[in-house]
Order: sequence, then C-alpha cells, then structure tokens
Amino acid sequence: MKILIIGGGMGGTILANNLARRLSTELRSGKARITMLSASDRHLYQPGLLYLAIGRSTPDALYRDQAGLLEQGIEFHVDPVEEFKLDNNQVKAKSGKTYDYDVLVIATGSRMVPEEVKGLAENAEFFYTEESALKMMRRLQDFQGGKVVITVGVPHKCPMAPLEITFMLHDYFKERGLADKVKLHYTYPINRVHSLENVAKWAAPEFDRLGIGYETFFNIKEVDGAKKVLRSEEGSEVAYDLLIAIPAHRGMEVIEKNKLGQNGWIPTNRNKLNMEGRTNVFVIGDTTNIPISKAGSTAHFEAETLGENIAAMVKMGMTTPVRDYDGKVFCFIEAGLDRATYAMFNYQNPPDPKAPTRAMHWFKMAYNKLYWASARGLL
Amino acid sequence: MAEKKIIDGRGSFCPGPLMELIGVLKMSQIGDELEVLSNDKGSAKDIPEWVHKVGHEHVSTTEEAGVWHITVRKSK
Repeated sequence: MKILIIGGGMGGTILANNLARRLSTELRSGKARITMLSASDRHLYQPGLLYLAIGRSTPDALYRDQAGLLEQGIEFHVDPVEEFKLDNNQVKAKSGKTYDYDVLVIATGSRMVPEEVKGLAENAEFFYTEESALKMMRRLQDFQGGKVVITVGVPHKCPMAPLEITFMLHDYFKERGLADKVKLHYTYPINRVHSLENVAKWAAPEFDRLGIGYETFFNIKEVDGAKKVLRSEEGSEVAYDLLIAIPAHRGMEVIEKNKLGQNGWIPTNRNKLNMEGRTNVFVIGDTTNIPISKAGSTAHFEAETLGENIAAMVKMGMTTPVRDYDGKVFCFIEAGLDRATYAMFNYQNPPDPKAPTRAMHWFKMAYNKLYWASARGLL
Repeated sequence: MAEKKIIDGRGSFCPGPLMELIGVLKMSQIGDELEVLSNDKGSAKDIPEWVHKVGHEHVSTTEEAGVWHITVRKSK
C-alpha cells in the first residue's frame, strides 16, 4: 500500500513517524511504502515564534533538518505538490514528477493573510513567520512607551496566541521598567476576551488586575497608518502607537488553486478525518474545515488517530476507521513570562483552566525542547 | 446568486460557532444566507447580538433536539 503524506509540518511528521513504527515489518517487506512531500527541507517549531518575537528565543532553536526527524524507511522529497489528481490517485509536484498513492494524507497547514485587511500588513507587527517575529522583536526593543494595541482576526492559528502575547508583553514591558509608560489594549472578535468561555472567565479579571484594557465585538476592518487608528467592522475605532496583530489565516494556496476547499480549508469528516466524498484521502491539522482550534496539538492528536486507522487498513484490510477522532485539543496558555496554565477539551467536554503556576510555565518551556521527540513520534 | 451555506458548529468550543460564522461570512457574497448549527444555547443570543451590531440580517433561530439553527444573511 502506497501512503503519500503531503506536508512536513507537525501533523505530517508525527503521522509519518507514527506509521513507520506501526508498519516497520510491512515497510521492510515492501507491503507498505510511506512517502512524504514537503515544501521545505527544514522543520519549524511554530509555537516558538512567540518567544522569538519577545526576544526569548533565537531562530536556530526553532529549526531542525526535516529528513533527520523522520524514521528510517520514510521516503522524503522536497517537492511541493502543485496539482491534486484525486480521481487518478495521483499528485503532480513542482519537479514535474507524478506520485501515485493508495492513501493520501493532506497536511499542508495554513498561512496568515494580513494583506486582506486594508493597511494591516504595512502597519502592524506579527509573529507567525520567522521574518515577522524578528521584525516585531526589533520593534519592541525600540519601543519606549505609548499605547500598544493587540488585535485579532478570524480565523487564526493558535487560539491562545492572542492572550499569550498580551500577558507576555505585560511582563516584558514591566521587566524593562516601562510599565508606567506602556498601556496595553486588547481587541477580540466576539463578545468575550476568548472563544472558550471558561478561559475568558479567567482572562478578563486578569486583564483588569493588570490594567490591560480590552474591547470585545471588534473585527478588524482597516488600519489608517497615517492617523495610527484601527477601525472595526462594528463601527468603533482605537488609536495605537504600536499595533500587534494576530491576522486572519487561510489554508495554503495550492488547496485553493486545486479547488479542494474554500479559503484553503478542505471539507473533512470531524471523526473519520477523511476528505468529504473521498474514502482514501485524509486531512489533518490546520488544513481541515473542522470547527476546531487550528493548533499543533490538534494536528498531533489527529495524526495519532489517523496513524492507527491507516495501520489497520494495511495490516487488517480495514475499510472503515477503527478509531474516531474525538476533537481532543490541549493548549498551554502562557500567562506572562513566568506563569502558565492550560486548556484541554474535546467535542464533548469544555476546558476548565486552573490558576496559572510557575510549574506549568516551566513544563511549557521543557515542552519547547521535548517537541522534537514529539515530532519523532516518541512523545 | 445567493446561496445558503451550513456551518456545523456543534461541539466547537474553540473557536466556537460565532467565530466560525465570522470567518465564513467575510468570505461570502452580499445576500448569501448562512445557517449555523450549535449545541450551545449561548449561540442563540450571541450570534443575533453580533449580527445586529455589525449590520447583517438575522433571519431566524429555531431549536430542534438541543441543536440551535441560526440563519443569517450577509447584508454588507
């Protein structure tokens, strides 16, 4: 059975390694074959960009050689897919080569699109790429005081990022002795400060305690860079000296170009993880249209479920999944530079975040290193 | 031509039905109808509140077997 994985991010990598372990005998005998196609020969630990943006990490700490993360037996090519020929069980890649498959997994991720809001790309700082995070870090270093507005687009990757960057910035400016000169102001698209009700119930009093202002029901309409004003779809506006944005995201262009899903999100069964209308095409991570957090842990738990199901197809000829994905998500929440909590939930059970602790922060810092074991499918 | 889209927000604690609606609505055409499915009764209040605030049209809200069906029309 030929298993073809498109995308070498967190979901694709964990799945490939998970499968390689489960199918080690079949890989040796030739009964199974795992191929991964990626756009890059490097693997980026995306959650680390948050730390890079505030000067708590360096770029080299966030990358590993992709081939080195993969188990033996996985065929890896830096050859991004350009054309999906799902009716023929084939994809065509940039090199011009066509790859056949019996099972296809699409894990191409998402990208920020600040350019879709007038004035946002030119006037705001971001931390969703290495380049933008470094630019933001330098901008923060030069900033000596004023109003910092943190604004949030929809949909976005990493639902905790808006809160985390706000709390971390509070501590960052406090450490620099600028607490009295900096006013933080947070905007959020719905009628509370976070989509998770229990997280919002914890975060809003924290904002009050720390003197962080906030405005809800605020969806970014446009940025007037000359006047340094941010306007919302709801008709309000807020002035800023430094604007930090969690921009809206889309799936990757190749998904849109191949008409696999509107805005790059592929219609996906929320439990079976197959692409709607296809039995041998699966989707994991940000690329799905499942109404669930676009987060690394989502991709991780989906990959583990799918690994079990594809292995059952190979080993037992199963035509239906042996296990359902239950919507499990686990997100750390940095509550500053030295405290953190977490939220864990699934389709049935909402999260119940606890008070932040130093221990949870250090667990998160440890996980930033342990991630490489996670990507290898060991953790 | 206006079309009706279904947003299945059942079991979506994060980002949640309203955030899902906001994301889909901004990519829709004026006149499009979107029906949000939610098993959170809070959606029946939150979604119409936001829709009115931002200037779209709340078409209807119904409840069947614990699932709220909230239909919205993009107006601008």
